[in-house]
Amino acid sequence: MSQPSISKSMTSGESGLAALFAVTAFLCVIASAKALDAPFAFHAAIGAAASLAAVFVIVNRYFDRPAALPPAEINGRPNYNMGPIKFSSVMAMFWGIAGFLVGLIIASQLAWPALNFDLPWTSFGRLRPLHTSAVIFAFGGNVLIATSFYVVQKSCRVRLAGDLAPWFVVVGYNFFILIAGTGYLLGVTQSKEYAEPEWYADLWLTIVWVAYLLVFLATIIKRKEPHIFVANWFYLAFIVTIAVLHLGNNPALPVSVFGSKSYVAWGGIQDAMFQWWYGHNAVGFFLTAGFLAIMYYFIPKRAERPIYSYRLSIIHFWALIFLYIWAGPHHLHYTALPDWTQTLGMTFSIMLWMPSWGGMINGLMTLSGAWDKLRTDPVLRMLVVSVAFYGMSTFEGPMMSIKVVNSLSHYTDWTIGHVHSGALGWVGFVSFGALYCLVPWIWNRKGLYSLKLVNWHFWIATLGIVLYISAMWVSGILQGLMWRAYTSLGFLEYSFIETVEAMHPFYIIRAAGGGLFLIGALIMAYNLWMTVRVGEAEVQMPVALQPAE
Amino acid sequence: MKAILTLDNLASGLVTTIWTPVFVAIFLAIVAYALWPRNKAAFDEAARLPLREE
Repeated sequence: MSQPSISKSMTSGESGLAALFAVTAFLCVIASAKALDAPFAFHAAIGAAASLAAVFVIVNRYFDRPAALPPAEINGRPNYNMGPIKFSSVMAMFWGIAGFLVGLIIASQLAWPALNFDLPWTSFGRLRPLHTSAVIFAFGGNVLIATSFYVVQKSCRVRLAGDLAPWFVVVGYNFFILIAGTGYLLGVTQSKEYAEPEWYADLWLTIVWVAYLLVFLATIIKRKEPHIFVANWFYLAFIVTIAVLHLGNNPALPVSVFGSKSYVAWGGIQDAMFQWWYGHNAVGFFLTAGFLAIMYYFIPKRAERPIYSYRLSIIHFWALIFLYIWAGPHHLHYTALPDWTQTLGMTFSIMLWMPSWGGMINGLMTLSGAWDKLRTDPVLRMLVVSVAFYGMSTFEGPMMSIKVVNSLSHYTDWTIGHVHSGALGWVGFVSFGALYCLVPWIWNRKGLYSLKLVNWHFWIATLGIVLYISAMWVSGILQGLMWRAYTSLGFLEYSFIETVEAMHPFYIIRAAGGGLFLIGALIMAYNLWMTVRVGEAEVQMPVALQPAE
Repeated sequence: MKAILTLDNLASGLVTTIWTPVFVAIFLAIVAYALWPRNKAAFDEAARLPLREE
């Protein structure tokens, strides 16, 4: 054993983080003991256990590792850090299935209300945020973290910055999901849509998110590739804007530092405007900018074609940045929000149609000269269909933001249909496509276990989406028309319960569509599992044998 | 109540309004940068970036 003679010692990151977690564990034990409500005690106890586990893992990792940290390069080639990416990919698949399953449960509850079992924990009001957070933040968030860590390393040709920091980001983020999700089931919520987690979960997310930003920025700063690739711009916009939105929407004063309940600093219409400034830009920067980064890297890579127009991608990016941030008021049409603000939100929403379609054209046209691959490669087909769904839902969105259209669509199932054509078709499919690419790459496999299964996934999920969104369109417009129908004497023609009754068949079709989407994801999980377990390893040329250039 | 023009609300009016032309100017500058003929070669190269990594 000829170990290089470097004396082994803990890095400041290792010792500092271990000490911090030890202190956190101690504070959590105190918080748990002094807690004013049971969910807070439960969360503090989980916090204490997780902090202790973190101390143990950090120290154990130190004892197991060689004295020197992994080198940034091996034989002149970047030594990419794939561990945290593997973790996030696995978590994405896990949370995806959990989130789709909860979606199917609440869709079934709407069709057959007895399925809420008359229990508080399984009521629609608690499961619905569990579904939205699980699919957006847990599934989507892990896909974004995994792909962003991969893309930033590859396109900057440099190893991910930090040693423990990337692990802190991926594990810390999933811990946030755990606290948020269990909180919903226990009735802990600040009742802001897509921002339901209470103050302590928000604080934890802030710390994790700042670490994410620093890891991402530090990697870009030490890049070997002079140009910052467009996907990294989109990822950076996503990370920075989500930080700003989170801080803007969530300032709250806890009733006690030992209790879960807090009151948000904003009041009245300002609170509503802050909420939908947050809510719509979560759509714009989490569900759009982040996943457009995936589009700009994974589609060229998979199609083996350059981006159709890099100039268009720059204009696409900046137009999106300048316009999206103003669109939020369209969620508050015909409310106490001043009329001019509503019109402003509507105007910017309509303008957004241009950069959205610019981006869609750029993604689709990247296939120029490679369209034939759609016949043979179901992964590429998934990616391309996702972009088509992006085009569809970004046409529909601006249309629905027009006040007269909104007067029919608002508060109806049309909105749910619109959201899901974006969420299942665009975000879901582009994520599936990215994971199908990413898993063989990071586990060093030649390819997927079975392209045939990808094909099955594609068609089953597509059928599910079609059932879902067409049922919700019909249901939504029917609902809207019934609400505004008057008799010849000027009375409302339908009672509310009659409109609910009319929805019933569509709710069953919707649940069937969601069920198909879930089956597709289960097929995918099996396929990826088998890819990692029995997939043929990619033969790596021994680096040392390469001739000098 | 009548709106009175004071130095204060004139200044705050300017501060809030100035962003519109500033943003438009920045955006137009970005579009010019993206479409500038001399930058074309570099952008065409950047479009291939995912394809030429190891």
